[in-house]
This record gives sequence, structure tokens and C-alpha cells, in this order.
Amino acid sequence: MSSVQPDLNSEYRDKRKDAIKRVIANMTVGKDVSGLFPDVLKNMQTEDLEQKKLVYLYLMNYAKTQPELVILAVNTFVKDASDPNPLVRALSIRTMGCLRAEKIIDYLSDPLAAGLQDDNPYVRKTAALCVAKMYDLKPSLAIDRGFVETLQELVGDPNPTVVANAVTALTDIHNSPHPDSPGFIIDRDILNKILVALNECTEWGRISILSALCRYTPTEEKETEYICERVLPQFQHANGSVVLSAIKVVMINLQRLQREDFIRQLVRKMAPPLVTLVASEPEVQWVALRNINLILQARPDVLSSELRVFFCKYSDAQYNKVEKLDILVKLANENNVDTLLNELKEYASEVDVDFVRRSIRAIGRCAIKIEDAAERCVQVLVDLINTKVSYVVQEAVIVIKDIFRKYPHSYEAIIPTLCENLEEIDEPESKASLIWILGENAEKIVNVEELLETYLDSFIEDSYPVQLQTLSAIVKLFLKKPEGPSQSLVQRVLTTATSDCDNSDVRDRAFIYWRLLSTDTGAARSITIADRPPIVIPNLTVSRAILEELVQEISSLAAAYHKPASTFVGKGRLGIESIKKINPNEENENISKQKALNTVAQGVKAENLLDLDEDASPSTTQSPQESFNSFTANTATSNINHAPSPAQSNPVDDLLGLFGNATVSSPSQSVGANNDIFDMTTTNNTQGQNKNSGLEDLLF
Amino acid sequence: MISALYMMNSKGEVLISRLFRPDIKRSISDIFRVQVVSNPDVRSPIITLGSTSFFHVRHNNLYIMAVTKCNALAALVFEFIYKFIKVCTSYLGNLIEESVKNNFVLIYELLDEILDFGYPQNSEIDALKMYITTEGVKSEQAIREDSSKITSQATGATSWRRADVKYRKNEAFVDVVENVNLMMSAQGNILRADVDGQILMRAYLSGMPECKFGLNDKLVLERSDRTRIVDDSALGGAVELDDCQFHQCVRLGKFDTDRTISFIPPDGEFELMRYRSTHNVNLPFKISAVVNEIGRSRVEYTIRIKANFGNKLSANTVILRIPTPLNTTEVKCNAPMGKAKYVPDENHIVWKIPRMQGQTETTLTANAELTSTTTRQAWSRPPINVDFQVLMYTSSGLSVRFLKVFEKSNYQSVKWVRYLTKSQGSYQIRF
Repeated sequence: MSSVQPDLNSEYRDKRKDAIKRVIANMTVGKDVSGLFPDVLKNMQTEDLEQKKLVYLYLMNYAKTQPELVILAVNTFVKDASDPNPLVRALSIRTMGCLRAEKIIDYLSDPLAAGLQDDNPYVRKTAALCVAKMYDLKPSLAIDRGFVETLQELVGDPNPTVVANAVTALTDIHNSPHPDSPGFIIDRDILNKILVALNECTEWGRISILSALCRYTPTEEKETEYICERVLPQFQHANGSVVLSAIKVVMINLQRLQREDFIRQLVRKMAPPLVTLVASEPEVQWVALRNINLILQARPDVLSSELRVFFCKYSDAQYNKVEKLDILVKLANENNVDTLLNELKEYASEVDVDFVRRSIRAIGRCAIKIEDAAERCVQVLVDLINTKVSYVVQEAVIVIKDIFRKYPHSYEAIIPTLCENLEEIDEPESKASLIWILGENAEKIVNVEELLETYLDSFIEDSYPVQLQTLSAIVKLFLKKPEGPSQSLVQRVLTTATSDCDNSDVRDRAFIYWRLLSTDTGAARSITIADRPPIVIPNLTVSRAILEELVQEISSLAAAYHKPASTFVGKGRLGIESIKKINPNEENENISKQKALNTVAQGVKAENLLDLDEDASPSTTQSPQESFNSFTANTATSNINHAPSPAQSNPVDDLLGLFGNATVSSPSQSVGANNDIFDMTTTNNTQGQNKNSGLEDLLF
Repeated sequence: MISALYMMNSKGEVLISRLFRPDIKRSISDIFRVQVVSNPDVRSPIITLGSTSFFHVRHNNLYIMAVTKCNALAALVFEFIYKFIKVCTSYLGNLIEESVKNNFVLIYELLDEILDFGYPQNSEIDALKMYITTEGVKSEQAIREDSSKITSQATGATSWRRADVKYRKNEAFVDVVENVNLMMSAQGNILRADVDGQILMRAYLSGMPECKFGLNDKLVLERSDRTRIVDDSALGGAVELDDCQFHQCVRLGKFDTDRTISFIPPDGEFELMRYRSTHNVNLPFKISAVVNEIGRSRVEYTIRIKANFGNKLSANTVILRIPTPLNTTEVKCNAPMGKAKYVPDENHIVWKIPRMQGQTETTLTANAELTSTTTRQAWSRPPINVDFQVLMYTSSGLSVRFLKVFEKSNYQSVKWVRYLTKSQGSYQIRF
């Protein structure tokens, strides 16, 4: 680097400029060139705009570490701020705002004040954003000098770009982490001003304005309709994020509307732009699909006739295929389910194993969702099982287990087909599913004892979920067919499970069965072979409360993740607000926990336990967990759920934290195989049953 | 919003890094490198670690990556990255590692201009090119004179156009380009057939021309016919558009009220609108495929293609990609028209027909020999893909009815219209 130093001080202009370029190049790759600060600074005063920009770039990078040297640059900045060329004036104000040195910020005040009143709109729009920068560094100064108030005035500026940037800056200040920042309240006056600018400013400005519009609460219905009408034309904008922002405004206001025909008209107009988004670049498409998924939960009628748009292309990105599958199931109804089934069957023959499994799972969800289609779904599954492709068979068995749970005593005819593939099935979840099916239908399968005995032989080597199911299945068999070989089987399984098994769940369950069977077979029967509550596909994958919160956030990260922002951003006003929101849930959870403990302490019967779950179910706490199953990004998993991190955390900690979390972020697509068999159905269950299933398998 | 923007090469080495907000450190790129670049199994375009989110797009051999620390507008970030790619491409020709390295000063200059404090600013290429130039800097005097004009364009209501454009010959070229998406099932049912259309315009018009653009849009024709006597034949040719999107310059309010497309065009080339149509899509090619697996060692193909458009038109560079099983060793092809060849790298038979007259048809027969394999999994039979270009033909039936140009000086202007229907990887037939 030492070779650059003389060049920076060269008497030839070109040589100096070239040297600066080299300095910047080194800075980019992360080399420390801060030692050259004084030499670079000398080149700041120049007529050459490009060179000036380069020096500024350097300054922005090192101002923080060398504040005392930056003072030397102040004079040039202040001089530039009154340059006759508006580009230079704006550049100076923009750069000063980025310097982030306490010492220099005071010198910024005067040029900024002038900039906000500048004749030239380009300077004004730059100055507007600079207020947000200053506020970020030194809020008191920005307020004391009245800059924030000036921003409010700029919202009424004749130039649309200035209006947009004033709105952007005010919103930034509104969201800033400082405890008593002045809020940006959208009143009717501001509303009218920004609506005027909406149609004239840049695409990005429109997004700022649309986002601000979301925070306005109309006083009467007429006004709500007026806002929707003004926003509707933005549906035709070429920029997908403008479209999504416009949809957000409409979605929020839809809830406030009463007039049926107007609502219908809005919903109808929303569909085409949403469909168009599905054809955009893969990344934008992913965001769009995640949002569509959310919108469908809030308004299931939006895309009811657009099923085919979501068919996966062979060349689609993997993450988009997964999302499309999810949406396809959401859109399935009696009329289109045949088309959908053909399509899903097609996907089941693709190469990507994960996608194939998800497609098969989607078939099962169709069957559970639409009763009339269940038979056809089962037929498709049987066809798939006959392909004998190992992972297809495994997944199909799991799905069929769910169908049996939903429609007991309906499709027993396919059990022989399943039994033909016994050897194929070696994954724990599939195996457990199959054994569950055997146990449930023990009385209808001729050689069930033999089949179960083979599983009993390998009992100790099997994984715990399989052990649990083998145990339950044999007990069921015994209760259904007390005579014959089942008696010895049940003896053997109980002995093995209680004495040789090293998992306490398996042992406990075996003990419970043992005691039940030895005291009262009638009770054992009423508990073990009782009718179970049917499972249903929930319309919502998140709770109602979170859904409403997410609709307010359409197009944002939170909406893409289907998780409230507080789960991955923990600072600022947002953080504080969300604590308030989450607290009640926490209490709710605590109460339900307390209740559960009490109930257990009282030793009340199992039915009461189930009742209790009904009470606990509205708690929103399980939904994050639930959404993980469909959450491809699954990144922020390990994160702070409630507590926001302190506003300004130590950067080193931050880095370490990132690496720490990194291990958790590796995507695990298939739902944990080590989970209990019912975890699979848990994802499909309504929230009410969600907890039930956890308890239920205890009672089998 | 956007806290930082990075450009990296395929190894994850930083080529461009610019921080916009103080909440992150430059070294954050190391984490991205570990998490995304060196991770073969990235399943999402966004990665969130802690409260830091990484948005990335791959372009040629580059990663363009934006970092945010807040609940950012995900759609905006990606749209911005794509816009940034567009801007860079228009400056550099081809946005690759090499060109980024050679022009990093220019890219920094652009970034400084289009992103301020993490908020995107005016990114209209036309406006940017006025004051960020590649061919050195103009003399200081000239800049001073221009600057007020520049700044008013960069912030004005018509930020996409300078006022002082002059042409001796006033011309406007309109290109209607349709991309046909087809998905046909093995049984020959159409699962999905729609058209993504683009109307590209090259406007070489002086002054501030006010343009009005008319299509055979069914809604517009119906509306105008309400007052006149309904003429069925006029309506018969009308097109139903499912949705359309317009360039910044089109007055959206006006379109929303009476579906007229009026605008002051940018100077030069731009995309005026995009549209989508799913009604009455005419498929330019009919493909029927018979593929038989004979035992485990042979696959027989009979692929017939028929050009379904008028016999005065013709298609250029029709390319069929016909998948073969992974364990194919040799393929014998017999194509009466064009050339067919087995490409082992892609596992495809590639059949190229340089020119195909309307209403003609031809049949390819091929025979693939397979080696025996131990895997029991059946061949997944990916779809046949057809790429083509057909000039002066639109699948949707869309046509331009008029383009009117009004300008103060009342000059005469010449307009040209071209139509093109094509497919690139979106015309798929299962078998």
C-alpha cells in the first residue's frame, strides 16, 4: 500500500485519481487502508465530480474510526453544500449524513437546514432522507433544530419525489428504536397529500406511500372506499413490490368495508395481479407465493378459479414448487380435485425425493379435506404404492394412516396391498404408521398375529416411535381377539418393553397398559379402542391473531416467513409493541400450564385432560412451531421468541450469535423422523386437536 | 431498509460492498459465504440468522446480495436487486465478474445514486445516464448548465424523459412479443395454456409526445360498441386480457377508469406493458409423442410435430428437447426435417428444425439403447420441451389497433409494428 502514498500526493491529476481508485479497490476487498486518511483527504477539494465521489466513499468508510481527522473535511463539505451545482450540494449533504461521527454532525445542521429549503427538488429530496440519518445518530439535534417538523411540511411539497422521501424519512423515524421518537401520524390532511403524490412519484416512492397508507384508519366507510379506489390502479404497475404493497392496502381496508358488492369487486380485481406475480423472477415469485398463501388464509375466495396457475413447471425452483403444492391444496375443492389429483400423481414420479414426498402428502391432505374425493385419492395412492419405489411407498403409507384416521372403517380393502409391501417399509415413521393401521384393524386381518410377531422380534432394534406403536398395536390386538396367540404376544411385548427397553416413554406406556389390563379389561377396552376424534385440515396454518398481524405486513419478511416480525427482529418500537402483544399469550400459556399441573395433581380422569386442551387450544403459542413444517427457509428457528435483544448489541456478540445459530439453520425438510407417529397428523390437525394428539397416544 | 449491498463472485469473494446503514459490519459477508456460497443445499432465496436477513440473487457468475436488519419489504428488496442488475447491465453490457472488477468505480457511483440510507431512489436508466457516464466526466461548465435540468428530471413527474429530445425523422417501433406457456398431459389434455406478452417500444420522437395506444382489448371494444351498433365480427377478433402491467410512464388512473393507455414515452427502448391472457390461446404447434419402453434395454420414440398457424407464416429455430433415460448409451434418430442428435450431457435428444412452414408436419423416430442398471426406480419421464419463434403471429390473437402521437409542433410520425410468438423452456408436453 505504501506505493500508493506518493501517488496520492502526486502533482499530476490523473495519477492522483488513479491512486484513489486503487485505495478504494483495496477497501472493497476488506484491506485496512485507514492509514492513508490524510493523503486521501487532500484530494477532496477538486472540480472532478467522479474523484470527489471516490473520496467521499472513502470518508464514509473510515469516518467512524477517525473522527478527529474527519473534522479536516468539514470545511470542504460546508463549502460544497452551497455550490451552485445542485448535484454537488446534494452529494455533500448526502455524504455528511453518512459519516456517522458525533463531531461532524453538529456541522451538518446548517447545510441541512438550507438543503431542506433549497430551490432544487433534487437537493430537497436528498436533505429529507438526511434528516432520518441525523435522527438515527443524534435524535435530540434533529428535533431541537426543528428538522422533523420541516419534514412534515415537505409532505406537502409540490414535487412528488420530495413527498415520497419525506414520507420515507418520517416512517424511518417513526420506527426508530429511540424510546420517545416523534410518531408519524397519518391524518386526513397528510392522507390527501400523499394520495396526490402516489400516481406521480417513482416506483419506490409509491411503496413508501402505500406503506404509510396502511397505517391510516379511515373514520367512515366512504373514506375507506375512496382509499381503495385510489390505490386500485397500482395493481397494474410493472414493479411487483408496488403491486404487493397496493394489495396490502386493499387487504387491510377490506376488513373495514360493509358493502358486499364493493368487497366482491375488490376481491375480483385482486386475483389477476396476484396471478401475474407468479410469473415473475423466482425470488420475487417465492415472496409472492408466500404472500398468496397468507392472503388465501384470510380470504379463501380470492383465487378460487385459478388452480392451474399454480401447477409446478419441471424447471421451477425447488422452493417455489413446495409453495405451489401448499397453495394447490388450499385451492382444492370438489370441482377441481380430479385435475389436481392427476397433477399430483404426475409430480410423484419426479426425481426430487423431497418434492415427491410432499406431493404424496398433498394427496392425503386432499383426501382429508374433501370427503367426496377421498376414494379417488386412495386409488391414486394405491397406484403409487404399486410402483414399488421405496420412498413413494413409505410416504404413501404415512398418508394412508391419516386417511384411516379421518375415515375409519372405509378403505379396509387396501390393507392387503399395504401388507404386500411390508419389507419395503423400513423408515420409522412409515413403519409406525403401518403398525398403527395393523393394530386398528386387527380384527379384519387374518394373519395379523404373524405380522405383529415379526415386528415384536425386532422390537429392541426398532426406534422408539415404532416400539410405541408395536406395543399399542399388540394390546389392541389382544383386546379385540383375546383368544389365540395374542395372549402370549401381549405377555412378551409387555415384558420386553418394561424390562429391556431403555426409553422411559415406552416403559411407562407398557406399565400403564399392564396395570389397565390386569385391573379392568373393560376400562382398557374403552380407552384403547375408543373412537378417536376425526382429524381435519385447518384453514389456517397460523392463528387468527397472528394472521391478522401478518396481513398488515404483506410483502414484508414477516409475511414471507408467516411469523410475526418480533420473532426475528428484536428491537425498536416494533419490538416493544410486540412484547405487549405477546405477553397475554405468555400468560395464557402459563395459565394453561398451571391448569394442566393442577389437573394432573388431582388425578382426574383422561377425559378431563382432553377437555382441558380445549381451553388451552386458543393460545397462539403453538403456531410458530406449526408453521415450521411448511417453512422452507427455516432459519430463524432458534431465535428469541419473545425477548427482543437490546437495541444496540455488541457487534462481536452479534457475530458469534450468528455463527452459533448457523447450525440450527440447516434445512431439515422432512418432519423429524424421531417424532411420535402423531406428529405428522399434528400438522394437519386443527389447533384444538393439536394438543390432543400428543395426549392421545398416551391413551392408546 | 437495505443495510448493505454486496456483489460477490461464485467463490464468495467480495467484488463490491457498500454499507448503507450503520447497523451491520462489513464482515457480515463472511457469514453469507459460509451459509450460502459454500452450502450446496440452499433451499430459500432469503436466509435469516439472528435478526439479519440475507437476500440473494444469482446472476451469471455473480451473487448479488442485500442485507437487512429489520422486517424489510421482501418483495421490494428482490425487485430492487433485479432493477440494479438491469441498470448495471445497461451500463456494462454484460454483468459478469470481469466487468464488475473493471468498472467498480462506476458501480459505486450508481449505488450511491440509487440507494440512499437503504431506500431505493430514482433508478430509471434514462435519467441515470444523464449524469452518471462511462466516458469520463464532462467539463465542469457543461455540468453546471445541465445540472438543473438533470435534477428536475431525476425528481420530476416525468422522470423518465428529457424535454429537449430532437429527431429529424420521428419514428416509433412497437414489438409485441408473446411467450406461450403450455403444459400438456400425457393424455393430450391441456393442463395449462397461457400467454405472457410484452409490448416493447422504441420511441424516437421529438419533444414531449403524448401517445395513445390501442389494442383489440375486448373490454375496450365492448365499451365503445355499447354506443354504436354491435358488430359481432369486430368483437370476434377481440382479446380478453387477464391482467396487464404498465411502465412507469403510463397513467394508471386513466387506464383504471376507461382502459385507455396514454403516456409520454421515455426516449429510446423500453417495455411499455406486460399482459397475460388465458382465453382462446392458439397453440402454434401440436405435438404428439409416443414413447414406448421395450423391456429394460430400449426406448422407442415417435414424435410428431405440426405447425398450426397459417401457411404464409413460418417458424424459426424450432428446437425440441426430448428426454432420454439416464442410462442411455446410444440413440439412433431419423428426422425427415431438420437435424436430431442425442446430447448425452443433457440426457436429451435435441431436434433442431431451422425453418418450418405453417400447416406442415413432420415426424421423428428414434431408438434409444439402454445399459442395464441396478436401480429399480422407474424413469421419471420429464416433459418434452419445445422452443420456437414465429414471426407476425400472436398466440393470444392480440393486435395493435393504433398508436397516436400528439405533440405541440404537430409533426408527422411513422409507426411500425412487429409481432413475435415464442417459447423458451415453457412449452412442455408430458408423455
